[in-house]
Amino acid sequence: MIESLSPTICFHCGLPVAKNLDIYVLYQGEKKPMCCHGCEAVAQAIINSGMDDFYKYRTSTPEKPDELVPEFLQQLKAYDTPSIQKKFVNETDSANILEVSLILEGITCAACVWLNEKHLNSLDGVLNADINYSNHRARVRWDNSKIQLSEILESISRIGYLAHPYDPEQHQRILEKERKQQIKRLGLSGLLGMQIMIFAVAMYTGSWWGIDEAFKQSFRWISLALTIPILLYASSVFFKAAYRDLTNKRIGMDVPISLGIAIAFSASLMNTITGSGDVYFDSIAMFTFFLLSARFFEMSTRKQTSEATEALLNLKPAVATKLIDYHDNQSSAIKYQQSLSVTELNVGDYLLVRPGEIIPADGRIVHGISGINESLITGESLPVTKGINDDVIGSSTNTENPLVIQVSKLGQDSVLSSIQRLIDEAQHTKPAIAKLADKIASWFVSILLTVSAIVAYYWYNTDASQWLEITIATLVVSCPCALSLATPAAITAASGQLAKIGLLPKRAHALETLAHATDFVFDKTGTLTEGKIELVKVLLADNDDAIDKQYALNVAASLEANSEHPIAKALLTANQQPLITIKDLNHTTGQGIRGCIDATEWFIGNSDFIQHHCDTTCDINYDHSDDTSNIYLANKQQCIAIFTLSDNIRDEAKSLIEQLHHAHKKTHLMSGDRIENTSSISKQLGIKHFLGNLRPKDKLTEVTTLQQQGAVVVMTGDGVNDAPVLAGADLSIAMGKGTQLAAATADMILISNNIEHIFHGYQIATKTLRIIKQNLSWALLYNVVAIPAAATGHVEPWLAAIGMSASSLVVVLNAMRLNRMQLK
Amino acid sequence: MDIIYLLLPIALVIVIIIIGVFFWAVKSDQFDDLEGPAHRILMDDDINEKTDADNTADKNINK
Repeated sequence: MIESLSPTICFHCGLPVAKNLDIYVLYQGEKKPMCCHGCEAVAQAIINSGMDDFYKYRTSTPEKPDELVPEFLQQLKAYDTPSIQKKFVNETDSANILEVSLILEGITCAACVWLNEKHLNSLDGVLNADINYSNHRARVRWDNSKIQLSEILESISRIGYLAHPYDPEQHQRILEKERKQQIKRLGLSGLLGMQIMIFAVAMYTGSWWGIDEAFKQSFRWISLALTIPILLYASSVFFKAAYRDLTNKRIGMDVPISLGIAIAFSASLMNTITGSGDVYFDSIAMFTFFLLSARFFEMSTRKQTSEATEALLNLKPAVATKLIDYHDNQSSAIKYQQSLSVTELNVGDYLLVRPGEIIPADGRIVHGISGINESLITGESLPVTKGINDDVIGSSTNTENPLVIQVSKLGQDSVLSSIQRLIDEAQHTKPAIAKLADKIASWFVSILLTVSAIVAYYWYNTDASQWLEITIATLVVSCPCALSLATPAAITAASGQLAKIGLLPKRAHALETLAHATDFVFDKTGTLTEGKIELVKVLLADNDDAIDKQYALNVAASLEANSEHPIAKALLTANQQPLITIKDLNHTTGQGIRGCIDATEWFIGNSDFIQHHCDTTCDINYDHSDDTSNIYLANKQQCIAIFTLSDNIRDEAKSLIEQLHHAHKKTHLMSGDRIENTSSISKQLGIKHFLGNLRPKDKLTEVTTLQQQGAVVVMTGDGVNDAPVLAGADLSIAMGKGTQLAAATADMILISNNIEHIFHGYQIATKTLRIIKQNLSWALLYNVVAIPAAATGHVEPWLAAIGMSASSLVVVLNAMRLNRMQLK
Repeated sequence: MDIIYLLLPIALVIVIIIIGVFFWAVKSDQFDDLEGPAHRILMDDDINEKTDADNTADKNINK
């Protein structure tokens, strides 16, 4: 097994284990190394509950679990509130028995499903838990008198997964119902079609070798009986769609399909009644079956994407903590709290926002001072310090201290809604490349119908006995089977490939546009970078040898130990030593922290903070233009160290940019962050065009300018500030870990978060487009040969049916080549 | 060959039964998860005997 190869790999999550770390878990009598206490807790929980076979069965390592923090558990408690449960939970017939649907995060292989299912079913009070392997959804029934929903969710977190209750959206329910109907239609036309085919083969060979007319007539009747259900149940979708098209004065694929089926059926019906001539029931069945399969595949892809999107959209519960009887400046009244859903808030309500929580609505701070992370709106990666009477934006995150805010705007008036409106406007001006395929199809169909009409008219006047047969042959032989399969077959195959790399197309035109792309625009924070601040460098003031980097870092981390600020977290992560006890800790929000170790007073903070408190300035010979932020550690007399923190560039970013340049694509960086940061990242990655300090609207303007110069723009982003530009770009890709709004507006979603896959997606797209072109040319070539032959009466309808099937098969096989594509 | 006149209705009846079963299967969600069952059958569920032994071992370690 992989685990035993190298002793420094974490047994649970497969990540490297730091050298001086000594955490083990006993698995089947052996000590297995762990990389962190999170993994240790999870592995221990799994083994303790007798489910250690998980490690035997798994085929890939699970994601590294987060350690359970009290805030997280507090948030889970909100799910027990009836007003919030109303949205997710279904009551059943018996009292106290409730049912909920959960989205599970962190499932990487079949063993994860097994583990979760077993774990849930072993909980006291859980009656039944089913997990769907393909979409990672669980349905759980539980006895509310024995166990609470929050406890169920918590116990899933204990084995390292994350579960969110969700309410299957109306859209999703309709898709589910539609899918079932399609399977039924497909099965019915397939099963009956096979039967009809048996009789058809008997009749074809019969007309060659001779057949008793009585048998032939009974075959006709029985085929008719078998075709009627296909016509009424399965083919009805084509008729309905054709009718809809005609009433909208459009001509789509469904029109000739319906016409072909209708003519073939009425002719066969007449021949059956009169008892002479050929019947084409087999063609009708085959045809319906083929077309339905094409649509089924197309639909499956769409469903898969909508599920993935929905998972992103439903993650967070919109819960707020309301303070009852709170009046300005009476912070003592905070004890009357009530958890309620955001939809129940009113303007003027007082809300408590704890550190780490998302601010539920636009408002004004009435008590407290804290750092607010507004990266969602501005793209700025560091929190902004806000105090009493400052405005806060709903959906930004409170990072440091508890705040009391008064709600000022809700719903339509809120900042998020106004961004949403900007998106709607941009979406209306979507470029028209998408509609090209439809145009070609309806153009082809119109020609086909005209030709058929001419053929029918000509033969009716020359040889009235043959006109029907020849017209049917023309319609069937040309029937846009190959043509209609050409695109969906290739797109289905491509979607399979895209799903493998975690790039899901949400809109139909995505692949085509990606293949035509000329310019790739990226957002910075969270897209090219990881969106997480890390310590990159420690620089010591050279005038003191007594302190080494380890110790400086240790002091810094100890000072920051209780802060929720991202910088503090970065320092704590980097620190490997046990923390030192600090006395007289004093925190100035947005500035720094001071505290005493033994007799020495230490200061950590920005340069203003150090200058204000110490007898020194921190100008160690150092060029600070290049980095996100520096933080200084000093004692009363002198500056000790500078910590350089930066948002790490993703490992794959460089090779992505190189590959794009190699393929002669232009790359751009557009960020809301400071211009210095933007330029430094661009230099490191080799991006030539970069812009900083952009507001959401500016990004949209920049992209529109590019488009006016003829560029086909692919925009990749993650934040709400990217949402308008995502909507306005020719093709937009949202990061899977990004915000919901970005995911909602994007054409594609990068679930895997590995941005190198954007280039792979581009490769797949170009190849798909090539295959679609091949398929279309083949279908066209086939029609150019077959239609004149049929129109002149050289093709019998049964031969036409074979020709049609063969041409469809070629198209499908060609599309299958996409599945064997190797990605570089 | 007159047997055909008996076989034809039989074939019809069988097709109707098959379609009925198929529709029932679709209705009872059997086509919702087409991947899971293939994996699920490979996982053994009867491993609970070992649990106690493991727990004692873990406790010893924790001491």
